Amino acid sequence: MNLPATLPLTHAESGHRLDFLLVTDMVEPGSRVLDVGCGDGALLSLLRDRKGVDGRGIEISREGVNSCLAKGLAVIQGDADTDLADYPDDAFDYVILSQTIQATRQPKVVLEHLLRIGRRAIVSFPNFGHWRVRFDLGVRGRMPVTENMPYSWYDTPNIHFCTIRDFVELCREVGAQMEKAVALNAGGQPMRVTLPWWVWNLFGEQGVFLLKRR
Amino acid sequence: MRFGADEPLMMDAGVALAPWQIAYQTYGTLNADKSNAVLICHALTGDQHVANDNPVTGKPGWWLTMVGPGRPVDTDRFFVICANVIGGCMGTTGPASNNPSTGKPYALDFPVVTIHDMVRAQAALIDRLGIDKLFCVLGGSMGGMQVLQWAVSYPDRVFSALPIAAAARHSAQNIAFHEVGRQAVMADPDWRGGRYLTEGTRPSKGLAVARMGAHITYLSEMTLHRKFGRNFQDRAAPTFSFDADFQIESYLRYQGISFVERFDANSYLYVTRAMDYFDIAAEHGGSLAKAFKGTPTRFCVISFTSDWLFPTSDSRAIVHALNAAAASVAFVEVESDKGHDAFLLEEPEMFAAARGFIDAAARVRGIA
Repeated sequence: MNLPATLPLTHAESGHRLDFLLVTDMVEPGSRVLDVGCGDGALLSLLRDRKGVDGRGIEISREGVNSCLAKGLAVIQGDADTDLADYPDDAFDYVILSQTIQATRQPKVVLEHLLRIGRRAIVSFPNFGHWRVRFDLGVRGRMPVTENMPYSWYDTPNIHFCTIRDFVELCREVGAQMEKAVALNAGGQPMRVTLPWWVWNLFGEQGVFLLKRR
Repeated sequence: MRFGADEPLMMDAGVALAPWQIAYQTYGTLNADKSNAVLICHALTGDQHVANDNPVTGKPGWWLTMVGPGRPVDTDRFFVICANVIGGCMGTTGPASNNPSTGKPYALDFPVVTIHDMVRAQAALIDRLGIDKLFCVLGGSMGGMQVLQWAVSYPDRVFSALPIAAAARHSAQNIAFHEVGRQAVMADPDWRGGRYLTEGTRPSKGLAVARMGAHITYLSEMTLHRKFGRNFQDRAAPTFSFDADFQIESYLRYQGISFVERFDANSYLYVTRAMDYFDIAAEHGGSLAKAFKGTPTRFCVISFTSDWLFPTSDSRAIVHALNAAAASVAFVEVESDKGHDAFLLEEPEMFAAARGFIDAAARVRGIA
């Protein structure tokens, strides 16, 4: 399997995924970054080219690792659920989990590892609280299949969906401090920060969070 | 390449070996700034003839799939060096070489060799060739052990390292298999306490048995089943004898017999021993990560799913240590049912990974 767990929108001009551009904005130049579930290395290359980061990755699929190798990225074939335990504390400035947390077996444990390994963690995920998801489930009575979440319930790698509110609650539980939180709307544009949480949770298609250990 | 009495090889056994020589092959051309040199380290029974016909067996080079024009280790771009290990029997000084103090072959008077000694000998060769820094050091199995030792001993001389189907230490199970092989050699009456060359005998039977046993460990049950199954060899039914009724028996016997024609029995003892002693962490206070601390080398580690001799867990241990040492490391586990020998065979995923890693490293190093 080498399809992304979700299919986010891309920036019309640069061709880069909008959530990747947003994550890139959150990272300080020249920092050390670990991208967990780095796929074909698109985000790591972007971070290397734009921010000059010293980037590393973990990717479960061999095809993904091989295409990272071809880009000159230091990526190991591995599993977020089992391999993060082997990384020492404070090994990275940022640990990124992009569109991957919903595909892990133990999202809470994974998040705790991110905060232990990195001084900061960046997590992005599709919001299961979005109105279209609620519509599919609440009105149509069907598991949602959207542009952003293209899989049927029986073949999806996404086994732990959450809403933006659920994630905020998890952050509180594991003692993560939110330094930045952004919701992207259906057009992939960041929503106004002044909007209340319930608006984000209803109209945000994706959440992107910059977290720090409390 | 010969080294005289004034250039002894300082060995871990505490012996200064002199004079000594190292046999090697090169392919391709060294560029003007000497930045494109690649060292290939061979495995237990390999030799320096990586990409040319072997003068002893007449067979093609042992890694033509990996090394050659247009291959992942592209001889049109890189200057490729491969040397026979110290203790070997293909031209580098080993137990079959003449002991200058007796005028006879060393036999068991040859000092016990380590992987580190092999690397020291290669480093002396690289010095002589006027090369300061290797662009890449790669190899499989025992070759991979040497790659790791290179990175630990000479971190500033190794730009990139590609250990394949390797381990940072030899496991108890692998030492056990080696011991069985050595005992088979030494149990052969023609071994003569190691002095068979002087006494005009050859412990062919013992060495063949050692090779037969070892060969099983290089394969996987799936390969054996696919290639041979329970098929009979040139017969329709069992003969009710201890003849080679089964194809697998015939195959192993052939492997044993053809091996003794090209390999020295004492070299087999010495080189297996070198692998047994290999344990990088032990030399660094038990911490493999400490051995790699601050390394500037780019690593790519490759393992195979069906390799039970150097299993993926061994490669993962290397990767974990490199991660803990904040090293640049990539890791791929290639899906293959061919066992440990997969690294020598047609494995497109291994070639893709090696090519991607080497090409990217070459871009960073500025090699055209």
